[in-house]
Amino acid sequence: MNTKVLKSLIGMVCFAMMAAASAMASDTVKIAYIDPLSGPFAAVGDSGYRHFQYNAELINAKGGVLGGKKLEIVAFDNKISAKESLIQLKNAIDQGIQIIIQGNGSSVAGALISAIEKHNNRNPDKPVVYLNFAAIDPAFTNEKCSFWHFRFDASVDMKIAAITDYIKETPKIKKVYLINQDYVFGHSVSSSAKAMLAEKCPKVEIVGDTFTPLGKVKDFSPYIAKIKASGADTIITGNWGADMSLLVKAGKDAGLNVRYLTLYGNGLGAPRAIAEAGIDKLVTVVEWHINLSVEENKPEDEKFFLDYQKKYSNDGEMPYYYGRARTTMEMLADAINKAGTDNPRAIAFALEGMEHDTPYGKVQMRSQDHQLIQPLYLAVYAKADGGSVKYDSENTGIGFKTIKRIEGEATAMPTTCQMERPEK
Amino acid sequence: MVEYLIFSVLNTLVLGMLLFMLSSGLTLIFSMMGVLNFAHASFYMLGAYFGYQITTVAGFWSALIISPLLVGILGAAVERYGLRTVHKYGHVAELLFTLGLFFIIEEGVNLIWGRNAMPNFIPASLDFPLFTLFNSEFSAFRAFMLLISVAIFIGLYLVLTRTRIGLIIQAALTHPEGVNALGHNVPAVFMMVFGGGSALAGLAGVIGGIFLITEPSMALTLGPIVFVVIVVGGMGSLTGAFVASLLLAGLQTFAVGLEYSLVDLLGIIGVTVNADGILRDIWRIQLSHIGPILPYLFMVLMLMFRPKGLLGKREN
Repeated sequence: MNTKVLKSLIGMVCFAMMAAASAMASDTVKIAYIDPLSGPFAAVGDSGYRHFQYNAELINAKGGVLGGKKLEIVAFDNKISAKESLIQLKNAIDQGIQIIIQGNGSSVAGALISAIEKHNNRNPDKPVVYLNFAAIDPAFTNEKCSFWHFRFDASVDMKIAAITDYIKETPKIKKVYLINQDYVFGHSVSSSAKAMLAEKCPKVEIVGDTFTPLGKVKDFSPYIAKIKASGADTIITGNWGADMSLLVKAGKDAGLNVRYLTLYGNGLGAPRAIAEAGIDKLVTVVEWHINLSVEENKPEDEKFFLDYQKKYSNDGEMPYYYGRARTTMEMLADAINKAGTDNPRAIAFALEGMEHDTPYGKVQMRSQDHQLIQPLYLAVYAKADGGSVKYDSENTGIGFKTIKRIEGEATAMPTTCQMERPEK
Repeated sequence: MVEYLIFSVLNTLVLGMLLFMLSSGLTLIFSMMGVLNFAHASFYMLGAYFGYQITTVAGFWSALIISPLLVGILGAAVERYGLRTVHKYGHVAELLFTLGLFFIIEEGVNLIWGRNAMPNFIPASLDFPLFTLFNSEFSAFRAFMLLISVAIFIGLYLVLTRTRIGLIIQAALTHPEGVNALGHNVPAVFMMVFGGGSALAGLAGVIGGIFLITEPSMALTLGPIVFVVIVVGGMGSLTGAFVASLLLAGLQTFAVGLEYSLVDLLGIIGVTVNADGILRDIWRIQLSHIGPILPYLFMVLMLMFRPKGLLGKREN
């Protein structure tokens, strides 16, 4: 063998060893954020990305995880399509990322859960863990539950339970109208509401149960006319995006005087489109809102979200919204530290049953079904007055105020989940 | 029931006239130039954003006049410096050009105004209930929308039938080559029609942006239905567009109130079906759920049985 070949061989071996060493000593833990970053839902997806980015920065500033490793959020655009999400999941896995965060769209979440389950069965040595911060189809923590999936938002039935409890305590409410989007999520809102109303307050009459095609309705006036004709005093709706804003706008136009009990009435973009029409009427079930820190006197959390607004909100246009992003990231960091490794299997076992202190009380990741149990709030649109309604949302002069706090235990719902766990 | 009927008719008129404002420009452009202008709804969106911006500076009434003018000038410029250059490469090139324009305008709006909705609300001078009927209110702004669109319909009708330029446009609708051969400056007419059509879309935008939501996806949500209107109405026919707008708006509005499913319909003629099994979702769908999709079904049927549309004159 001549020396030239030998030299280059030695060179190659050295290079390979160096590459391997640098990979092993990698000082970051990468997290894939898969959500819409283009198309009609880009505003929401982009804002979510900044939320997680901000929380990762805070954790890194405090020394990261595992004694010095940094968290790094890598964004993948799924255009809110289930098919595209699976491609991006593959991309993320190919880049060696084993922690996935996703939120928007239960159709996307459903596809991710089964794809990840399949991947982990085939690659037990390189599993992936999935943190879901917004897809709230109850199935994911019941019949479709998976060991690798953790949900940090309250599910549809938990939110509807909060709404129906409120109806029970408000004797003024006598006739309820259900209007929802015609797809799996809207149907689960409608069926949960019907079942729980029948059980909790049989005297309340359901005077309508309407489904509208997702994102196709331009003028809700015909529906408003129908609601008016039904004599309803309260509307329950899971509508989000334009379907939510247009409904309230058309209601205001026709002088419809009802309470709106919603799941997404405060969603990003809604305060701008709805504004005054929502004051004292539009109630949303949330785990955090912009005036919560003032109401519960938590200056630390106030500073936390104000710092975010300074840096990422485009002068308040896209305010801090996902309170649960903080819980998600802090619990992830705790789980990595508790497990002593960034191996997803160990992280998942560490997350199971984990308790965590948020500014607003203890939360727990329930081990039976991986649903986070956290305090929920009913918040209503209110004019920002500098008092307890100190901050406004999206520079509209309108903020939110709490009308009821529901403790974590009271939000917990029974589960049918039969979880299959891998070996530890 | 009477209350419901009256308000459904009023709602039909409001939505229908908004559709008409958008489609009248498009149908003229389509039939004269043979260009299916994908960017038409984008001009509507620009009208809404310009309208919002001008309102914040100079008030709603100025916006109502200035914004359509701006959009009209922009439209004319697009025709003069864009479409006319592309024209010699045929209709496919023109189609692609307007499609590209659609994306450019949408991204431009994203860049300038951001992806969030704009706080674009009814001006204070029109924000009161005009009348209350059976304790339902009809807002003054809706009445104003109706007024504007009726005025536009009459104005356009007079221009097209009573003026010289209207006659040339009319002639160009059915016999574009003939008009050219007679020595009229057809390119200038094209530019004017394109600019005018865009200005109408801009005007619809100023009003529609307040009535609906001013956001970057507004062009995408209203774009397809406008194409349905001109296909159903018959291309080049202003009256056709008018009738089709009202028809489609009525179809959507009234379908909402009809909670009948296929099972109920078959029940009327005495047929009972087993609404289970693999087709159960189809059996259970009520007319009210699919109201907003009915126009598209209507378009498909129209294309199958009467391709020239309700009042169209040309077969091809």
